[in-house]
Amino acid sequence: MKENKFNLKKVGNFLINNGVVILIIISAIIVGVDNPNFFGKYNIKNLLMNVSVRAVIAFGIAAVLIMRNNDLSAGRQVGFAGCIAATLLQKADYVQKVYPNLPPLNMWLVCALLMIGFALTFGLINGLVVSKMHVPAFIGTYGMQTVIYGICLVYTGAQPIGGLIDKYTDWAAGSFLGLDFVPNLGVVALLVGLFIWFLFNHTPFGKKMYAIGGNPNAASVSGINIDRMTILSYMLAAALFALAGFMLGAKAGGTSAALAAGYELFAIAGCTIGGVSTNGGIGKVSGIIIGVLVFEILKIEMQFVGVDVAYTYVVQGIVIVIAIALDIRKYIARK
Amino acid sequence: MSEYVLEMKNICKAFPGVQALNNANLALKAGHVHALMGENGAGKSTLMKCLFGIYKKDSGQIIYQGEEINNRDPFEALNRGIAMVHQELLPIPDRTIAENIYVGRYPVKKIGPIKVIDHKKMYNDAQALLDELNLNFDAHAKLETLTASQMQLVEICKALSADAKIVILDEPTASLTLKEVDKLFEIIRQLTEKGCGVIYISHKMDEILQISDEITIMRDGQYIGTWDASEMTTDMIIEKEVGRELKNLYPPKINTPGEPVFEVKDFCSIHEHSFQHCSFEARDGEILGVAGLVGAQRTELMEAIMGLRGTTSGEVFFKGKKLNIKSPSDAIKEGVTLLTEDRRGSGIFGVLSVADNVGIASVNDYLLYRMMVDQKKINQIVDKSIGELSIKTPSKKTQIQHLSGGNQQKVIISRWLAKDPEVLIMDEPTRGIDVGAKYEIYSIIGRLAKEGKTIIMVSSEMPELIGVCDRIMVMCEGQITGFVEGEDMNQEKIMELSTKFIK
Repeated sequence: MKENKFNLKKVGNFLINNGVVILIIISAIIVGVDNPNFFGKYNIKNLLMNVSVRAVIAFGIAAVLIMRNNDLSAGRQVGFAGCIAATLLQKADYVQKVYPNLPPLNMWLVCALLMIGFALTFGLINGLVVSKMHVPAFIGTYGMQTVIYGICLVYTGAQPIGGLIDKYTDWAAGSFLGLDFVPNLGVVALLVGLFIWFLFNHTPFGKKMYAIGGNPNAASVSGINIDRMTILSYMLAAALFALAGFMLGAKAGGTSAALAAGYELFAIAGCTIGGVSTNGGIGKVSGIIIGVLVFEILKIEMQFVGVDVAYTYVVQGIVIVIAIALDIRKYIARK
Repeated sequence: MSEYVLEMKNICKAFPGVQALNNANLALKAGHVHALMGENGAGKSTLMKCLFGIYKKDSGQIIYQGEEINNRDPFEALNRGIAMVHQELLPIPDRTIAENIYVGRYPVKKIGPIKVIDHKKMYNDAQALLDELNLNFDAHAKLETLTASQMQLVEICKALSADAKIVILDEPTASLTLKEVDKLFEIIRQLTEKGCGVIYISHKMDEILQISDEITIMRDGQYIGTWDASEMTTDMIIEKEVGRELKNLYPPKINTPGEPVFEVKDFCSIHEHSFQHCSFEARDGEILGVAGLVGAQRTELMEAIMGLRGTTSGEVFFKGKKLNIKSPSDAIKEGVTLLTEDRRGSGIFGVLSVADNVGIASVNDYLLYRMMVDQKKINQIVDKSIGELSIKTPSKKTQIQHLSGGNQQKVIISRWLAKDPEVLIMDEPTRGIDVGAKYEIYSIIGRLAKEGKTIIMVSSEMPELIGVCDRIMVMCEGQITGFVEGEDMNQEKIMELSTKFIK
């Protein structure tokens, strides 16, 4: 009898701890039964393409979150990177070309170098502000968010940028080896995921990252240079945001300064639903992927059921708060 | 009504995988001091948490003043007159002493229909309370102007202000000087004279025997028994706590100190009131104790040696070679490691596994292809440590927070042994761990010294220093006031040196 009660408690805890994931999966099944197109080829690919971009952003955010920091400039960094890519990879005969007289260089290379250069600079500044200047990450990166948006507005002249070269947009829309279910973007995200998994679990960087998140004081006494690690984590995150911007620009087929606004919140939500603790020190790559996937499924579900876009924001906001509340609950229960 | 003000009967509480309390009992008489004793993990705090409603008991009865109660939270308990002074204080340093005493229960007065806080009454009452206890504080002073031990006394005032019938003191003397302990005991006597019952939780035997009327001993969540304090001795208590006869508190000495190798020269803090002009030497194979009262700046000096605190001067030499230490990572590279005083705050990585906790300082030492952590090698080290230091853990993947204090401490010692340091600084290595585990830690320290390592052991427990160390350095108010060894190694001499500048 006692044994039985104990198990019930265990099951209950499991349900609560994974509540958000379970609910969304159940609802997906219901929506899928109601409308078989939900599990259709087209929808699945579309879902995977969205998830790919968001997962790459979430991996970046996760590195920062696990160290008890945050990066609210993520979305704007993604957006700016997307704009750089779009301006450099426009069709030669496009009328409203931002740079009509580009020198005959390899634009792919220039684009890559510029994006990497900007990303590392943004990451470095974020890292310096948070570590050396001791500005709380929330405030420091929020300032960065505004700054990058301003730079992006200046850079694009507040105009939308279209006319991207076919090679770029086709690549983003394309499937890997002609497999319908496997978008090229998904392959990129998968490779990034493998890299992040390796980095988090099998390198000194990863071990130190989890240690700092687990207990910064103990990490410091153990000879870990926290400032250096903080800066590196922001630079890693920024590099991933730039990559996500490159992916997103092509997927959207055109960009503007509004690209990816607010994406940091979706990434934070994905991480938290996937078990990255906002208290630091905990988070798995598999969890992040599940979290992002589940959050995206929720959005598409609502589109399928025909919920007004305005309401989807309400639901998403609530889910974020619930996910974090459940995460904190786990932490309190541990005490 | 029975003679007991509080009775806890057959309390049971289970956590996943552990029966934390198994029919625990406690009966407190009004006007008595009742010591609650047991090793760490015996269930003392769990029992108190059940009383305060922090945990919900699975079964059992709590009878308070003749009627059964179940507190939902500590606030409800306080309103019933059950107050607790926690081991770890929860002060609000930026507010005044009076506000800290009355936080959440501010006296109110009415201005028309609006209730406002009656500041005048609050400060008058608080001051009266402080005066009654002969505490020389101004109720208007900010709490941060007090020392940690004075804050503890304010915390006791808080319990008194609630007109408590029962006051629970959890390790109240951990950070008090002898003089302050006397003061505390005086206050406890005042409390009992007023008919208040006191539950006193402590590891310090001499205090228990001095202050308490009855002693209840717990072991592994079970009630062992209650005795009159007058019929108990230290040995009897320990025997009942551990459940076996413990012949020696300290292992036999096996190390022999050699030549002086580690030299600390003229360390001065950037803070005027912290350590100044501290110089000392330690030998290889020596266990050098560091004694002193709270506030003697022992921890601060050790942290400065590790590069954790700002200094205006100070050099460290090992075998005549100057060590260039600006940060803990420099110190570790030079073979000097620090086991910190605050195990939870700066020792363990609670959410990480035992293996990660051991390996974290060594991740750069064992690399494959220059970038990948050689987990196999690290796991070998972890397995070896678990064996050699007999760390009790379900597996090396268990989160360290699920281990007992003593085993956590052994894991952190393993972390440093993995770096094969020459000098191990250990700050309060046995704080808050039980008698059995203490003995094991002493043995480990002795073994390390025998291997020729230099051990610097900071401790607030004089018997421990005398029992384990070859030589003891004494500090008082930031200065080294002397060294004792051989016949001079006794409490009187150490006390004399550690109060040299205290009038």
